[in-house]
Amino acid sequence: MTLVDQPAPAAGAAPPRRLTMAKAMVEGIAEEMERDPSVFYLGEDVGAYGGIFGSTTGLLEQFGPERVLDTPISETAFMGLATGAAVEGMRPVVELMFADFFGVCMDQIYNHMAKIHFESGGHVKVPVVLTTAVGGGYSDAAQHSQCLWGTFAHLPGMKVVIPSNPADAKGLMIAAIRDDNPVVYLFHKGAMGLAWMSKTKRALGDVPAGAYETPIGTAAVARPGRDVTIATVSLSVHHALDVADELAADGVDAEVLDLRSLVPLDREAILESVGRTRRLVVVDEDYHSFGMSGEVVATVAEHDLDLLAAPPVRVAVPDVPIPYSRGLEQAVLPTPERIADAVRRVLG
Amino acid sequence: MATIAPQDELLDAPLRVDLYRTMVLIRTYEERIRQEYHADKTPGFDIGKGKVPGEMHLAAGQEPVAAGACAHLRPSDAVTATHRPHHLAIAHGVDLDRMTAEIFGRDGGLGHGRGGHMHLFDPAVHFSCSGIIAEGLPPALGQAFAFRRRGTDDVAVAVTGEGAANQGAFHESLNLAALWRLPVVFVVEDNDWGISVPRSASTAVADNALRAAGYGMPGERIEDNDVEGVYRAAGRAVARARAGDGPSLLEVHTLRLWGHFEGDPQSYRPGLATLDEADPIPRYRRRLLEEGVLDEGRVEAIAAEAAGRVGRAVEAALASPEPDPATATAYVFA
Repeated sequence: MTLVDQPAPAAGAAPPRRLTMAKAMVEGIAEEMERDPSVFYLGEDVGAYGGIFGSTTGLLEQFGPERVLDTPISETAFMGLATGAAVEGMRPVVELMFADFFGVCMDQIYNHMAKIHFESGGHVKVPVVLTTAVGGGYSDAAQHSQCLWGTFAHLPGMKVVIPSNPADAKGLMIAAIRDDNPVVYLFHKGAMGLAWMSKTKRALGDVPAGAYETPIGTAAVARPGRDVTIATVSLSVHHALDVADELAADGVDAEVLDLRSLVPLDREAILESVGRTRRLVVVDEDYHSFGMSGEVVATVAEHDLDLLAAPPVRVAVPDVPIPYSRGLEQAVLPTPERIADAVRRVLG
Repeated sequence: MATIAPQDELLDAPLRVDLYRTMVLIRTYEERIRQEYHADKTPGFDIGKGKVPGEMHLAAGQEPVAAGACAHLRPSDAVTATHRPHHLAIAHGVDLDRMTAEIFGRDGGLGHGRGGHMHLFDPAVHFSCSGIIAEGLPPALGQAFAFRRRGTDDVAVAVTGEGAANQGAFHESLNLAALWRLPVVFVVEDNDWGISVPRSASTAVADNALRAAGYGMPGERIEDNDVEGVYRAAGRAVARARAGDGPSLLEVHTLRLWGHFEGDPQSYRPGLATLDEADPIPRYRRRLLEEGVLDEGRVEAIAAEAAGRVGRAVEAALASPEPDPATATAYVFA
């Protein structure tokens, strides 16, 4: 299988290559499958199709149908199968085609995969990686556009990681597969670099060759700045970076903090950044209430009510299902325009 | 390891005694848990009070399912059970002391008191259970999948109730197990009641084993709560799974001798007064006595042995400390 457009460099040399986020994610999976025979991938259309969003392109050719398994449209059965196989020492990566589909198998996810370790008093480990596509922006409407990471993060027992760029997509995948816990790995369709969907220019990025882990639970400063912290994840990181570039012309120096993991949440990185900038905008493509944006603000408020020089501003999907019609959808998504407005507002 | 017994031949006497012994141990256990459960919930009945708090689903009457099916299993085989799991745990050899400590919520329990009686996990014998109807089946598929990948002939026995046969998870699991020829034996315990709803009001077919045909696997219903019938049918199903020929579905017409949970008044249930006549254990005892397989002395010895074993388990549980509340957030992540 060819995952890269150039021959892989010899070990030790390893200059970065330019890969899409999808290819970087697949490279991480492939390298772990090479290394560890207990790793296998299962889900809908992950074989010959290569994953509807390119999450498994080439894996079937490289590893065969014994390790890359197309499942029936039976999410409860195959999600539970992944949990049972993990209990017996395998390391399944199981794909839920859209995060929106969790409704048909959530019991296996939150009552079984996430709770067995706890219920067993630590005697049983469940090393499953649950991969799933999230996000809107292409008029896929209310049942195929949601992010829902706040829901997974709210329920105890699952780590939740959300790569925004190719290098993290590979490093977080390797870290997730090696983790002894259930890890929900959410990839944004608009950040994968798919040929058939408009995408951010940063969907293509430098990716180191060879195995490396992006530590789960560590945020990254995607752009350092002095005046305001924009804390976010996933595709919104790119929107925030675009906004920061645009506002720099007006003399505003915005810091973009890519949280990368919601569970565990790197609260220290949030406090460190906000401690410097004293102004906070949280951008969240999930719903506004009871979610990530509230958690980030609460993290700051619980630490020190005087940390902020201005009230924080949240840019999230208002509490409404994602509309279909283009103008309506753009009105609810955290677009660069809404982010820029929020930054100006928090700066007074 | 037990092998397939021809339908028309008597089972070996030692095996029949073993089946009886397992059923007696289970019943003795359930009676003792029932006694401990109710001992300190008075005056009145407060479900959250006492040394065994919470819901308690006991399996008295369903012993033939566990004894007959698990007699074919070894510790490396998996069993997944339901919210009513004690009989299967005991028959599959779950550590009785630690299981009892878990039911008593003690630190020495299988889950250090985190799980309780609906969430018993003993990886030494690949035993687990789930409190969610039919949702214990999908993980059994994964265990079977792992066994096959490991190259062993271990099997997974996935047990659920007749009410669960109307859940999506049941049908998804049968299809996937058959499609991938996984070494799974599905066992439906038909105890006639989904809490208060009789199967006639919940299930469109008279025999859930008929549903096996919809998934291209053999199906068999065992009537009369007959432990030897379960043993024979389970033998065929386990052998088929071990041979790599895929899953089977068994339904056992069994008996919920007591309420859905302890404290269930069962006012919805006719025939309560004569229920004991259908108790499978005295019936099997009479049969083995009549056929000379058991004598009264042996019966008493088996009863005494069970009482002793259960007594030691309860003592061990009570000797185990309560978990330290300061550790309540432990074990969320490995």
